[in-house]
Amino acid sequence: MKAAIVAVQGDFAEHRKALEEMGIECVELRQKGDLDKSYDMLVLPGGESTSQGKLLRELGMFERLKEQITEGLPVFATCAGLILLSENISNDGHTYFGTLPVTVRRNAYGRQLGSFRTLGRFAELPDVPMTFIRAPYIEKTFCGTEILSEVAGKIVAVRYHNQLAISFHPELDRDKRVLRFFLDEICR
Amino acid sequence: MKNDRYELNKELAQMLKGGVIMDVTTPEQAKIAESAGACAVMALERIPADIRAAGGVSRMSDPKMIKGIQEAVSIPVMAKCRIGHFVEAQILQAIEIDYIDESEVLSPADDVYHIDKTEFKVPFVCGARDLGEALRRIGEGASMIRTKGEPGTGNVVQAVRHMRRMNREIAEITSMSSDELYEAAKELRVSLPLLEYVHEKRRLPVVNFAAGGIATPADAALMMQLGAEGVFVGSGIFKSGNPEKRANAIVKAVTNYKDADLIAKLSEDLGEAMVGINEQEIAILMEERGK
Repeated sequence: MKAAIVAVQGDFAEHRKALEEMGIECVELRQKGDLDKSYDMLVLPGGESTSQGKLLRELGMFERLKEQITEGLPVFATCAGLILLSENISNDGHTYFGTLPVTVRRNAYGRQLGSFRTLGRFAELPDVPMTFIRAPYIEKTFCGTEILSEVAGKIVAVRYHNQLAISFHPELDRDKRVLRFFLDEICR
Repeated sequence: MKNDRYELNKELAQMLKGGVIMDVTTPEQAKIAESAGACAVMALERIPADIRAAGGVSRMSDPKMIKGIQEAVSIPVMAKCRIGHFVEAQILQAIEIDYIDESEVLSPADDVYHIDKTEFKVPFVCGARDLGEALRRIGEGASMIRTKGEPGTGNVVQAVRHMRRMNREIAEITSMSSDELYEAAKELRVSLPLLEYVHEKRRLPVVNFAAGGIATPADAALMMQLGAEGVFVGSGIFKSGNPEKRANAIVKAVTNYKDADLIAKLSEDLGEAMVGINEQEIAILMEERGK
């Protein structure tokens, strides 16, 4: 299996390292021509969603990626990636792919002083390390979007068919269970 | 808990990678930077080129002005305090800045000591010209490093020199046998554990950006090809003929820093670049501040 990682801005190198440690080959998507490579899953990394969203559009990748997501390509999205997928962003006029039926709140925990680390339950997995960096959370879900994790009453991970979207950053931790969940449950 | 905070602060820098951080002096400029694709902005009253022109003592910006910029954009906002001025840093922490730049661009407040950054919850970025300076700042608690370059000149030569020197010194440390590290730590005046990290991982323990004198998409791509993980652009944007277009072009050049065809297109019709100052014409060498 091969993963394509959106590499226009953000922590794409950390995603790549985590995937390669699990034996997944990776390609980076930086411009339109890169979409001609073959891949079986898509990774939307952390970073700044405004910057990534703009670059995806202006570098000519946006429409085709949106099509691929709609057609069922497995997607693993963290932090900014979750914002790019969301249908509604409650505190921002922009929307990007809009393929995930949720309402998300950007910078929902405030500025960097609000960033934190905790342990939480993810699906059936107990004590998963969760790192939130100027993170969003999900305010509402629609159309049967499955809630996989809540922290202090806020939704922080969801699944909708082929899309797995997470507020925190599993790619920064050594614990590979969330990534394993994606590979086993969504990519198989 | 303190350690957790330091990890979170290093991780915010990881989220900024592959991006461009732009100096802005007004909420309007901040919005231009954000819509051009900046991954963060640096709020300051005067950009380095104007600080140079004005002379005199330059200090932390008015907190009200910084707050105006925080309200205008949703991306992280950074601000500068003077080297060693821990009260300016306390003020910036009180207004919940996302990153403090303890910066040689401002007049140093202490000619011996840097701020003990481990006492703060908010993250710090510091300038460095070589591996020793970088590891000393990291030892004091910096969670991100940038080259000093020579700010406000539009001349990239010093940033190139600093990045190459850093790379060369990292390569040297990497090639040493571990019993040579004790002496190297003494020579560089850095702690042994930090040097051991560099020896083992072949990189700095924190994210390393390029800064100081970057004025064109080609400059930005040059620094990325030399190993920078992202770029600060100060005077280069808002001192140029068409700030919006130049900002856009630099952001794309950083993402596709190896694609000469694209950078060629991005470099067309950008209007006038900032005039710049050559190394021999500089009155104040900011890189000499804070070793």
